[in-house]
Amino acid sequence: MPESALKRPSLSIGWPLVLSAAAAWFLLYRLLQPFADWLTYGLLNLPVGSHLGESLAFFFYDVPKIILLLSGMIFLITVLRSFFTAEQARAWLGGKREGAGNILAALLGVVTPFCSCSAVPLFIGFVESGIPLGVTFSFLTATPVVNEVALAMLFGLFGWKVAGLYLVSGLTIAVIAGVIIGRLRLERYVEDFVWQVKVGQATVEQEKPSWEERFETAWESTKEIVGKVWLYVVAGIAIGAGIHGYVPADALAQALGKNAWWSVPAGVLLGVPLYSNAAGVIPVVHALMEKGAALGTTLAFMMSVVALSLPEMVILRRVLKPQLIGVFVAILAAAIVFTGYLFNMIL
Amino acid sequence: MHTIKVLGTGCPTCQRLLHDVQQLVVAKQWHATVEYVTDIPAIMAYGVMSTPALVVDEKVIAVGHPGPAKVAELINNAIT
Repeated sequence: MPESALKRPSLSIGWPLVLSAAAAWFLLYRLLQPFADWLTYGLLNLPVGSHLGESLAFFFYDVPKIILLLSGMIFLITVLRSFFTAEQARAWLGGKREGAGNILAALLGVVTPFCSCSAVPLFIGFVESGIPLGVTFSFLTATPVVNEVALAMLFGLFGWKVAGLYLVSGLTIAVIAGVIIGRLRLERYVEDFVWQVKVGQATVEQEKPSWEERFETAWESTKEIVGKVWLYVVAGIAIGAGIHGYVPADALAQALGKNAWWSVPAGVLLGVPLYSNAAGVIPVVHALMEKGAALGTTLAFMMSVVALSLPEMVILRRVLKPQLIGVFVAILAAAIVFTGYLFNMIL
Repeated sequence: MHTIKVLGTGCPTCQRLLHDVQQLVVAKQWHATVEYVTDIPAIMAYGVMSTPALVVDEKVIAVGHPGPAKVAELINNAIT
């Protein structure tokens, strides 16, 4: 690569560019419905009200809408997260007691930029500095449960109320799981080497990033995440569109409605192997809900998809003994099932 | 001769940082070796909690991937 290419890797992303992009974003968003209608009923000339027409109009509307929402929200969330670091979170959590510490940890878990591969150094850094095990777990649980892709898609397909409900219940589960693990005194099930690691004194004097740098990082993550999930989004919406157009209303009320008590645990079980595929799963679930599936069952299923993930447990296995992983999974699963029943009951 | 280390656990961002640093060393003709450290206790010894982290001559100069331009500037400041 020539040196000039490295010097200017991309154009600098400043406020003017971000603001014009935001304006273009809103304009595109307004044009989605007319575009989908024109494409389906105008260009393809499908009769209004036909099964195929209904399905295609749904697909052409939802795909660009969700991609737009995902990009916009991931960008905003990454900019927000650029104001937080794991080191800062550790400093804030130091000396906090159980309870208040768990709540703060869950909140910080959501806003701290964090990839699952950092889970191990972060875990060691937290427990070594004396942060209680339970508080550390609240932090580590909140991150995957309140996942930005899931949140953006819930917001886009279900609206802000369901997205908010999901956020609040995810945080609550993280707090409760952490408190229980703290109470059970499971420190002996942390791998022994963790207690022996000599954690060095961080000597990073990183200057505060400028807005341009924050925007640039945010743009990079947006490209990375959307690039990774867009195919699942399209596939999920295609399946959802098929259900939307072809399955009669209320066909699923029997099997997945409020009165089917077994549907919540079944949904949680089904969610386990679908880890990290929130992007593909949420559009399907949205279509199922239109046909009579209950909201609590749906939310429980989605939380299980993101929170009970096998790769995450494999990473944590490096610092936790199997017993502690077992307890953690059991508490999470129970809390998610409980949340599902609760929402089926009150909504 | 300087030693540049990328501390990482194998995530995509860590590999991107390693790749960018290797390219920079060639392009800028720095007299430096690039090393990829994945051993957890070794990473923790630097006192960082999030990966990737960039270490020049045993001093942590960045956590995360601040972008190729910024990385070039940070390394340049550290070795001159």
